[in-house]
Amino acid sequence: MTARIGVITFPGTLDDVDAARAVKYADAVAVPLWHADADLRGVDAVVVPGGFSYGDYLRCGAIARFSPVMTAVKKFANDGGLVMGVCNGFQILCESGLLPGALLRNRGLKFVCRDVTLEVQTTNSPFTQNASKGQPLRMPVAHGEGCYFADDATLDQLEAEDRVLFRYKDNPNGSLRDIAGVLNEGRNVLGMMPHPERAVEPLLLSSDGTGSSDGLVILQSVSAACAAIHA
Amino acid sequence: MARVAVDVVIKPEILDPQGKAILAALRRTGHPGISSVRQGKHFDLEVDETVSNEDLEEIAAHLLANSVIEDWTVTRLDQQEQVQR
Repeated sequence: MTARIGVITFPGTLDDVDAARAVKYADAVAVPLWHADADLRGVDAVVVPGGFSYGDYLRCGAIARFSPVMTAVKKFANDGGLVMGVCNGFQILCESGLLPGALLRNRGLKFVCRDVTLEVQTTNSPFTQNASKGQPLRMPVAHGEGCYFADDATLDQLEAEDRVLFRYKDNPNGSLRDIAGVLNEGRNVLGMMPHPERAVEPLLLSSDGTGSSDGLVILQSVSAACAAIHA
Repeated sequence: MARVAVDVVIKPEILDPQGKAILAALRRTGHPGISSVRQGKHFDLEVDETVSNEDLEEIAAHLLANSVIEDWTVTRLDQQEQVQR
């Protein structure tokens, strides 16, 4: 059975169309979800895409956290549902308390928009099960507040529990311990600053003339994990 | 109606790059006596008598500030007293 993956649109979301397209490339069906609806339409997984929800007012993700759809997402996640937040989606999941830590202003104060290389730290997750440990993944980042912060005890715990999913090879924002993506305790919620949905076909060239479809493996992993639930 | 001020700043142990940039600008503009700047947010609230100090603390802790990265103070301006948490 084909997986149905929900993609949320908030006022100010930018990446919902890209995310829906990437879901399709991963052989799943993208189901549009609206911020004002408390209903997830029976999806198998949820993508919280990037952008500037509610204009980034107050703090990135601080207002989106209280939207009706996020109440439903929280319940879905607490029941074990797969939730993946990218960029502003990561910020929203941290603000919601679904993920530990917070995203601070980039260390260099600049909005960083370029390709980075991540390294897969663990394949023990529904988001990386189709990847291999240590695999480099190239994809874009585009954010001003992407510096991952948590206190030392939390960072130690994340590492001890194998919950750091991705690290930057070349840290673009000052994130502590080069963390680019983390899992929740149940390993069913992922937050990451880089954009896998913007790296799904080699035809789209970056500034150095090389394209990347490295993001696809993450969405394919989610798609496969959803299919396994139905099997 | 009463006025309440909520001030939110990044915790002292967390680097505040904006504050550092402001400090550098102060040094450049002839204010060498300033040794530290921390940038934060200030909220002015107008509240009626139904809003308790506990309500204000809840508002500050759960919306106006993110307790992972920020500290905050709540001050009732008419009495100039800081609400203790």
